[in-house]
Amino acid sequence: MSPRNKIGDVLLAVDGVSISFGGVRALDKVSFDVRAHEILAIIGPNGAGKSSMLNCINGFYHPQEGSITFKGQRRRQMQTHEAALQGIARTFQNIALFKGMSTLDNIMTGRNLKMKRNFLWQALYFGPALREELEHRAVVENVIDFLEIESIRKTPVGRLPYGLQKRVELGRALAAEPDLLLLDEPMAGMNYEEKEDMVRFILDVNDEFGTTIVLIEHDMSVVMDISDRVVVLDYGRKIAEGTPDQVRVNQDVIDAYLGVGH
Amino acid sequence: MDLWNVLFVAPFADMIGSPRFLLEVIIGGLLTGVMYSLVALGFVLIFKASGVFNFAQGAMVLFAALTLVGLLEHGVQVLFALAATGIIMVLLAIAIERLILSPLVNQEGIILFMATIGLDFVLRGAGQIAWGSNVKPLDVGIPDKPFEVAGILLNSFDLFAAAIAAVLVTVLAVFFQKTGVGRALRAVADDHQAALSVGIPLRTIWAIVWSVAGIVGLVAGIMWGAKSGVQFSLSLIALKALPVLILGGFTSVPGAIIGGLIIGVGEKIAEIYWAPPFGGAIENWFAYMLALVFLLFRPQGLFGERIIERV
Ligand SMILES: Nc1ncnc2c1ncn2[C@@H]1O[C@H](COP(=O)(O)OP(=O)(O)OP(=O)(O)O)[C@@H](O)[C@H]1O
Ligand SMILES: [Mg+2]
Repeated sequence: MSPRNKIGDVLLAVDGVSISFGGVRALDKVSFDVRAHEILAIIGPNGAGKSSMLNCINGFYHPQEGSITFKGQRRRQMQTHEAALQGIARTFQNIALFKGMSTLDNIMTGRNLKMKRNFLWQALYFGPALREELEHRAVVENVIDFLEIESIRKTPVGRLPYGLQKRVELGRALAAEPDLLLLDEPMAGMNYEEKEDMVRFILDVNDEFGTTIVLIEHDMSVVMDISDRVVVLDYGRKIAEGTPDQVRVNQDVIDAYLGVGH
Repeated sequence: MDLWNVLFVAPFADMIGSPRFLLEVIIGGLLTGVMYSLVALGFVLIFKASGVFNFAQGAMVLFAALTLVGLLEHGVQVLFALAATGIIMVLLAIAIERLILSPLVNQEGIILFMATIGLDFVLRGAGQIAWGSNVKPLDVGIPDKPFEVAGILLNSFDLFAAAIAAVLVTVLAVFFQKTGVGRALRAVADDHQAALSVGIPLRTIWAIVWSVAGIVGLVAGIMWGAKSGVQFSLSLIALKALPVLILGGFTSVPGAIIGGLIIGVGEKIAEIYWAPPFGGAIENWFAYMLALVFLLFRPQGLFGERIIERV
């Protein structure tokens, strides 16, 4: 577990957030805080509303009730663009990479909002636009080193195996140098070794850059290993919150996973 | 036996008998093909970035050409008129984004397609109201003189058109592959959600793509207009772009270009060497037949990736 003393103030506060799709109440008055520099895991059975929670945080979904406060700014809803601008980056449960583009280009898109010059400038391929492009390239090369994916820099990501695609997707999120990193099942479908690598990268990101991380994960041993705190959702409601050890012995959580009471 | 001879022997004998003439036919076909490529390119750009099959591409070509001719008729300088038309096409793109794409975002592709059919009518109507419906000659000052190189008859206008198209395609290729905006465009074309998550402004991207398609349409309109006058049938070249797209694939820029050239050359050769047995005028339908045959063997197009449905 990462050292306790690193954890700072509240970075993100989710307050009474609800959202329904037709008759399905995907989130029902969910509240929790995320503190700066911590790793918070969201767990829960399938369909519990975990992905919906991340989608609300980065503005893909707009909660029908409640608010989300990020860096002290309280919002009922946020546009995705705004969320990205504020320093929220994410990966997706079903990998959402630009399949036709190389690893390098994919990760470069993560720099999009860091480009100082305006969009029209970037349409040029000379002068200051080119110089800036090269500066960003340097950051991206660091990310590539960090994730140990030099060998696939030029490969179109559509051709990569699943585990590597997940890694590239993490790279794209990291390239944005986010304050808050949202990871939706970053280790799903990976073999043991790939999972170990991913765990190491997540811990290193958190350690080296102090990035706050909210991740959804099904593998309990992973969750217990890396998270500072855990929030448990079931049928859209928060049923428990606490350290991994507290959550593990919580009767509601055990029931939810065993399907008791539904 | 006679039919065999007419279809499979005589045409090839003619070709071999006069290779110089064949070469002229091929060059003529390539130059027409360049025009098809330009129109198809407009389709591909928009389809790639917004997943919309823009039925109004032909009307955009017409609208651009009409606007240019209209301005020239009012005595506006050529360069100034070109710039003004370019700006109008950009404004049109922004308006389309605001009024059509944005309100319909996340709707089914077919709904956006219907919207572009509406746009097609609006553009034709607007062009007609603003500039009238007569056939208008378009003269942007490109010389149109035939000359001979090594015994082959060429036309300076055609060469100029080809050169312009080549420059345009090169600029677009660099823009797409090497610049930040190009990368953002490709990202949007690939995955909307992911593009949004890294903060790529979708609406700006759409406006840019439609602007580029408008400018490409303007170039196509100038070329065609200068050749055969600006008239309403100009918007029909969009229909010629369809077989080109089937050949080249709907999402491939190189495909649009090669596809255009193949159709251009194919229909010229067919017209010259195979028209007699069919009673002439096969140039009009040859492209569609070629596309049909092609569909049977490579439905994904020349450069498209073969899609295997995941089950
Ligand atoms: N865009 C949407 N439209 C309709 N229903 C949705 C949408 N997004 C989520 N839901 C529904 O909301 C509920 C919660 O879904 P969500 O994806 O958040 O669950 P999850 O906890 O991430 O599950 P999993 O572990 O399977 O990924 C589900 O019943 C789902 O069908
Ligand atoms: Mg999920």
